[in-house]
This record gives sequence, structure tokens and C-alpha cells, in this order.
Amino acid sequence: MEFWIIQTFNGVSYGALLFLLAGGLTLIFGMMRIVNMTHGSYYLLGGYVGLTVIWQGGHFVLAILVGALAIAVVGIGEYNAFLKRLAGQELGQVLTTMGFALIFQDLGLVIWGGDPYTIPVPAVLSGSYTIGQLYFPVYRIFIAVVAVAIAVILWLVLERTRLGAMIRATVDDVEMARGVGINVPLISMGVFAFGAFLASVAGVVAGGFVGVYPGADFEILPYAFVVVIVGGMGSLKGALIGALMVGLLDNFGKALFPELSYFTLFAPMAAILAIRPTGLFGRT
Amino acid sequence: MILRVFALGVALLLMTSTAAAQEPIRVGFITDLTGPLAQPGKEMENGIRLFLAEHKNTLSGRPVELTVLDGGSSPAVALTKARELVEQRKVHVIIGPLPAFEAYAIVPYLNEKRIPSLSPSAAADDLTQRKATQFFVRVASTSSQPTQPFGTYAAKTLGYKKVATIADDFAFGHEVVAGFHKAFEDAGGQIVQKLWPPLGTKDQGPFIARLRKDIDAVFIGFAGVAALRFLKQFEEAGLKGKIAVLANQTAVDEALLRSMGDEALGVISTMHYSAALETPANRKFVAAYRKGFGTDPGYYSVGAYTAGLFLKQALEQVGGKVENTDNFLKALRSVAIADAPGGPIRLDKYGQAVHNIYIRRVEKRDGRLQNTVIHTIENGSQFWTYPEAEFLKQPVYSRDYPPCRFC
Repeated sequence: MEFWIIQTFNGVSYGALLFLLAGGLTLIFGMMRIVNMTHGSYYLLGGYVGLTVIWQGGHFVLAILVGALAIAVVGIGEYNAFLKRLAGQELGQVLTTMGFALIFQDLGLVIWGGDPYTIPVPAVLSGSYTIGQLYFPVYRIFIAVVAVAIAVILWLVLERTRLGAMIRATVDDVEMARGVGINVPLISMGVFAFGAFLASVAGVVAGGFVGVYPGADFEILPYAFVVVIVGGMGSLKGALIGALMVGLLDNFGKALFPELSYFTLFAPMAAILAIRPTGLFGRT
Repeated sequence: MILRVFALGVALLLMTSTAAAQEPIRVGFITDLTGPLAQPGKEMENGIRLFLAEHKNTLSGRPVELTVLDGGSSPAVALTKARELVEQRKVHVIIGPLPAFEAYAIVPYLNEKRIPSLSPSAAADDLTQRKATQFFVRVASTSSQPTQPFGTYAAKTLGYKKVATIADDFAFGHEVVAGFHKAFEDAGGQIVQKLWPPLGTKDQGPFIARLRKDIDAVFIGFAGVAALRFLKQFEEAGLKGKIAVLANQTAVDEALLRSMGDEALGVISTMHYSAALETPANRKFVAAYRKGFGTDPGYYSVGAYTAGLFLKQALEQVGGKVENTDNFLKALRSVAIADAPGGPIRLDKYGQAVHNIYIRRVEKRDGRLQNTVIHTIENGSQFWTYPEAEFLKQPVYSRDYPPCRFC
């Protein structure tokens, strides 16, 4: 019993981290049809910038904000200078974003070196609550709280505000959105920047948990894609459910059948896609 | 007239012979400069560069020309680079590569081309056991060389009865665990659980939650960032202090230690080196390394530096004539260094280093973590105390050998 509770808790908190990462990815895809291979780089660079802020004596919360804002600016630059011109050209976009991912990887190596780092977290977030034989690391609870908070804010913005309505309209039908006078390029850029922002939040938060190190970008990217594909591209609800599923599957897969951990992750994905080719909440 | 022609001939002869003396010794160096092993690769390069700088780029009176190429963390890339070094750069000797899977890819080629190679890092046991070859020598430990004595030490000196192991699920992890496993059980201990997180596992949580609670210690065998996460999450799980942590040669290496916090305190590990070693040769090496690169040397840098020492002594024995491959190889294999940074070191008949193995504990001195040496095993052989023939008859250390009798 104890085993199942701890593993479920671990899975949920890992899923929360994946949601932060996949939330932005799914929005970007839904809106611009961009399969953004740079997303993992935003995660990694965000972690590095956050780490630098802490090295300079900054607080952890400041590190998250500065890291996320800095990378959002990078995202805006990449979008305006390159991706905007490639609107509608999927292959060109994939290759461009892939190229950027490789460039950012080398850049990270040049600036921060190859050492792995863990981002030091404030004392309030370290340690764990114990109930009998059960232990719940505070930091994992924190990750879950951040994810839930962001999910709620996102949902409120998308469903309850004028901006949200414009975003939804653009996701649903670009032509029509343009027709009713929505500034589609501006909205797209905003969403792209926000996606980068979320990825970097995930990067800084993950830095206190799995560390920041070269290669983290390409290690995490497949997970984010699985979440988005299982959940349905463009669906925030899908990303949330997908992230929880992947977090739990990955966790239980590794705990119960470590030799088959990729099977336990990808087999359910394949099964879901066989039944629902657009993912759980994807629209056809 | 005849005299003049003769003089010219002599002059020409003299010129060519001085040219031969000035002809550089070409050393090829394969390490990883990109990808996940880039940082260890950089440290490896630091080690050889420090060595050459200390010798003003001259060994046995000949200048040394070093060519550093990136193995790219891929057997195919490493082989291409080895070919480039041999066929285009015409190197006389190769140092490297970093990971064993690259070494396995290039060693057959170097044998074919008769190029002597020195491994400062790639640890796969069999490279100097069942697959030992004339052209390959290793100046660092095999994977299981330091973990075997550690197994005996854990049972006999530390008095642990039940131990679980957790290690990266690839050949290096399998071998370090197997060496520990065999020696620990031969000394009366029991391995009661073996966990294998896939290489690159981000979250060690699921594995830590599976650790049995009735164990005396957990033995970890990690080769990179996994160790960092493990110790952190082990502490968060409230297990630090309740279950002792024993580590293989790379898990608390100096290259990682500087990224670790107090969660690493008290970890006991095994290796053929420690930056905290108090010998004059090592104090000098560490001081020079710190001055050059700002950090403590560790597994990868000391390996490359020691490879330099081997090269130097072998070249001196043959008067710098590296071109005579047979003589050079013979000299290389007979090298014995009394005061290498890690202590005395020589090679056995398989070309494998016999050297001190240190049991070390992570402690904090002057605000930084270090591996304090708490016990020294002198002349540690790759076969530990097992008779060589018997050792070579058993299956290669692997995920399933020795079998887990108490799991």
C-alpha cells in the first residue's frame, strides 16, 4: 500500500512538471501548427538563466521569473526573425526549430560549461513531510501546486477573457479570426512567447529536482511530445490529462518493470492513437 | 672537387638527421567535446594539456604535436576520427577515447594499423582481460577493479550484512555492480536487491521508493548526473543517515562533487585516485590543475595526465624513437611510475594498470567537498585476490553475473 501511495504521488508530481512543459507546446501547436523542436531548449536555457540569477544572489522566485521572461524574449526573437516567415511550411518550421535547438545546445555548453548543476531551493521547499512510513518531499508538492496554479490561470484566461476568446478563435479558424479583425500575428507571437515562458518555468523548477545539464533539452522533449500527442494537439485539457497519465505511466513503469520503461510509456500512447488518432481531446 | 661533393653530402646528411630529431611525435587524442559527455571530455583534455605544458611540449628531446578530436559520444564517429588521426595526421600513438563503447569500436582498427593506444578512461573490463590486445594499454582502472576490494571492505571492515545496489543500466553500471557483488558476497555479505534505472532516467524517485528498508547500505553505480539526483532525492526521501551510501568510482568524482551539496556528505566510495590525496606528487598536480582550470582534478583529468606520464617514460626508454613500434610497445608495457598523482602504478601482462585503490569518504574542508582517503589498498590488480586463471574462466561481469542469490 505504502509503495502505491508513494509511487502515485511521485507520478503526479512528475506529471505536473510535464504539464508545465507540454502546456506551452500544445498551445503553440494548436495555434501555429508549429512542431516546436526548440521547446526543450527553452526548458534548458530557462534553467541555466535561473541558476545564474541564484548565483548572483537572487531569490528562487526571482530566478523563475527572470529565467522565464528572458527565454520568452528569446522566443519572440526566434519567432519574428524566422518562424513568422515560414507560416504554413511545416517541414521548414521543424527543421528551423531543430536547428535552433542544436544551436542553443552548443550555446549552453559554451556559456555554462558541461557541469551538471542542481538549482538550490529555499529551505521552506526542501525536506519532506512524513506520515508513518510515507514521505512526501515538499519540493514535489510545490511542483504540483505550481502546475495546478498555472493550469487554473490558463483556463480562466482562455475561457473567461476577451483575450482568451481571441486566442480560441485563432486556434479554431485563422481565416475567420483574421476576418473579424483579430490581429493574428500579434496573438501568435504572444502565444509563442508564452509557450517559451512556460517551458522556462518548467526548466527552473525542474532544475531544483532533476538538475540542469547539457542534454536535458533532448531528454525531456520526447516526453513533452508524448503528452501533447496523447492529450490531443492544441488541447490544454488534453495536455493536463496527458501529463498526468505520462507521469504515472512512466513512474509505475520504471518502478515495476524498469527494463520495459519505454514500452510502458509508448505502448499506451500507440494504443490511444489507434483508437483516437487525434489524441484524447484532439479535434479532427 | 671530390672533397666538396663529400662535404656537401655530409652537410645534407647532417641536415636530414637534425630534421629527423626535430620531427615531432604526433599524438592523437580522442575525447568527447560535444554531447552528454562533453564536460568529462573537457577534463580529459585539460589533463593532457597540463601534462604537455609542464614538459614544454617536448618529450625525450622531441617536440610533441597534439591533435584533439571529438569522438562525439558515438562509436561510428570515434572510428572515423581514429582513421583521420592515423591516415591523415599520421599519428604515432593515440590517447583516448572516453567511453568504452568508443574504445570497442576503435581498438580493432588500431590493432590492424599497429598504432599503440593508451586508455585514460574507457573502463570495460574485457578490454584488458579476454579481449586484451598488444596495442592497447589502460592507465586507469577497469570498471570492477576498484569495486571488488570495496566489496570486501564493505563486508569485512564496515561490517555490512545486507546491501542493495542501484546503477545505470548499461555495461559500465553492470560491471561496477558485479565486481562489488562478487567480492561482497565472497566476504560473507548478501546483495538483497538490484535496481537498474535506465541510463538517462530523470527521476530517481520510483527507484528510491522501491529500496528495501531493512538494508545496511545501498551501493550506487552512476556515471554522471544521475548520482547528483540520486543523492538529492535520497535525502528528500528521508533515508540519508538511516541507510549508508556506498559509491563507485565516478558517482562522487570531483567533477560532480563540486555541483553537490551537503547531501553527499558521508558517502563512502572507491577509486584509484582522490584529489585529497596527501602525497607530494599529488599536491603538486592538484595545485597546478587548480591554477590552470580552477577546479579539482578527478577521474578523467588524472587519467589523461597519467597517460602523459606513461608516454614520457616509454619514450625515454627508447630514446624518443616512437617510430619503432615494437620497441616502443615493449617500453610502454614495462613502464613503472613510482610517484604518479594516484601513487605507484605499473602494468600487468594484459596491459592493465596495477595501482593503489583508495576508499574515500566525502567530507567538507574549507567549505568545499572532498574525497578524504580513509583506507588504501596497495597494488590493486584487476583480478583482486582471485587467481587469474579462475577469474578469466568465469563469465564476464554483467547484469546477470554473478546471479542474485538473495534477492
